[in-house]
Amino acid sequence: MLIYLSKRLAMMVPLLIGITFISFAIMHLAPGSPTDMATDLNPKMSAIAKERLTKLYGLDQPMHIQYWNWLKRLSVLDFGQSFAPDGRPVLEKILNRLPVTVTINLLSLFLILVVAVPLGVYSATRRGSFFDQASTVLVFIGFATPTFWLALLCMILFGVNLGWLPISGIKSLAHDQMGLWAQLWDYGRHLFLPVVLSAFGGLAGMSRYMRANMLEVVRQDYITTARAKGLSERVVIYRHAMRNALMPVVTILGLSVPGLIGGSVIFESIFAIPGLGKLFYDGVMARDYPLVMGGLVIGAVLTLVGNLLADLGYAAVDPRVRHEA
Amino acid sequence: MKPDDTLFRAFLKRLLANRLAMAGALVVGVLVAVAALAPFIAPHDPYNVDVAAILLPPSPEHPFGTDELGRDVFSRMVYGARVSLEVGFVAAGLATLVGVLLGALAGYYGGKVEALIMRFTDMMLCFPTFFLILAVIALLEPSIVNIMAVIGLTSWMGVARLVRAEFLTLKERDYVIAARSLGASDARIIFRHILPNSLAPVLVALTLGVAGAILTESGLSFLGLGVQPPLASWGNILNQGKANIEIAWWLSLFPGLAILVTVLGYNLLGEGIRDALDPRLR
Repeated sequence: MLIYLSKRLAMMVPLLIGITFISFAIMHLAPGSPTDMATDLNPKMSAIAKERLTKLYGLDQPMHIQYWNWLKRLSVLDFGQSFAPDGRPVLEKILNRLPVTVTINLLSLFLILVVAVPLGVYSATRRGSFFDQASTVLVFIGFATPTFWLALLCMILFGVNLGWLPISGIKSLAHDQMGLWAQLWDYGRHLFLPVVLSAFGGLAGMSRYMRANMLEVVRQDYITTARAKGLSERVVIYRHAMRNALMPVVTILGLSVPGLIGGSVIFESIFAIPGLGKLFYDGVMARDYPLVMGGLVIGAVLTLVGNLLADLGYAAVDPRVRHEA
Repeated sequence: MKPDDTLFRAFLKRLLANRLAMAGALVVGVLVAVAALAPFIAPHDPYNVDVAAILLPPSPEHPFGTDELGRDVFSRMVYGARVSLEVGFVAAGLATLVGVLLGALAGYYGGKVEALIMRFTDMMLCFPTFFLILAVIALLEPSIVNIMAVIGLTSWMGVARLVRAEFLTLKERDYVIAARSLGASDARIIFRHILPNSLAPVLVALTLGVAGAILTESGLSFLGLGVQPPLASWGNILNQGKANIEIAWWLSLFPGLAILVTVLGYNLLGEGIRDALDPRLR
């Protein structure tokens, strides 16, 4: 396992360098120099900010030296300072917002798992039944639904018309005067819609995937063997088949990380949640380049970490992987 | 060309027999017709501001209500169909083009070329796509051309992987070896011999890609970073819907429904084409 881990870590290094290179290239996509852009297109940007930008990126230097300098600063996690009036370091801003985003994404991953896995197994074991067909139709509709639109409708229904749930922020104004349980309840009420809706997108795909996996596994010889030796159908499905069908799901969970992080931009700006996505969105709107570049790199690194965890999880459940690698 | 003909006819027959796929084709057809005939279908001028008719709920005069500038929402949605169609096809077409080229080069040449291209693909896959698109949009102006280009250039990775895999198997086929021994150039082998045989999965990816591009555009426009008003897009009507969420539900309901039906149509058609091309995949 240790050898496998170190190999996987070593594979991440070129990817990391590539990510920084692409990010750097994007920064220079802007017609003319980024500082011209900043001042011409954005009257909000002051001369001081322009100077700061020139200094930050060393724009008077040749390209490869600029990249090298930027990389050196990245390696000590220096993303520069935000252009916002508070001028705080980008890293500090991002780290402040990260826990909220990670919490919401973990909760929705959990929700995806607990709903999609049983759904997929149930459909697969009753293939062709009314339930299976109904869930197939629902999955197709789920794939086609713009989740931000669903979020709007839920806000109108539960927030505006019924008044059951709050529609913005993660806590009430009176939050600080509440007891511990009331505080948790308050968080729960605020996070309910964002978590359910961000899980919605992944639900359709995951249940489909789980169904396909189950159908594949059920055809294997060891399932026939298990049935032949007289095990009950329950044991065959839930002990023998489901366990094996679950393994690849770990990988899919890892692959869904970039989608979840990307989606957090939309959810957090809809529900006004102070997370990484909202920070990034505000940065884009204000043309806060250091913040945008920092967010981009951090987003990609989070994806890499997600993939690494998924691979490790897979290696943990399937010994073949770690021996082959 | 006779055997090709019958193969194609068998494919069409299977596709036409698939009711869900035909429903998808119908949706796509209606959308194309609406976009083409927009000036004749729209009951009002989509840009006509009417201060006397601000935020009116649906009525016979305005079937989907009016927006915050008194413009007719139904007419704006009819014109918005043009945006969806354009962005969908151009962005997905661009993605397919890039993906096919890179995938073909990687699969055909192998070795260092393949390693370089596929590592680059892996890197692009690491970025949360929405972050990547927003970062580029932040640097460029959010015009419709830029949006099509950015969506296209950030969604080719799946196609590249797919085409590479096709090329890896197809390049060992006898007809390729025959062509090569006859002295055909690499370009000729790639474009005339292998590519036509790997177009089936590409066609499916293109159809599904249109659906994805429409969803991405509507998300961007919803955030105010996509198609800019006064040009109407389903996404930017939804953006107004959010601003007026407590008073004007019709601004939120109808455009989203249009997106859902459209994307569903493309997905059903794409899945239908896949099943018809290879009945074993079912």
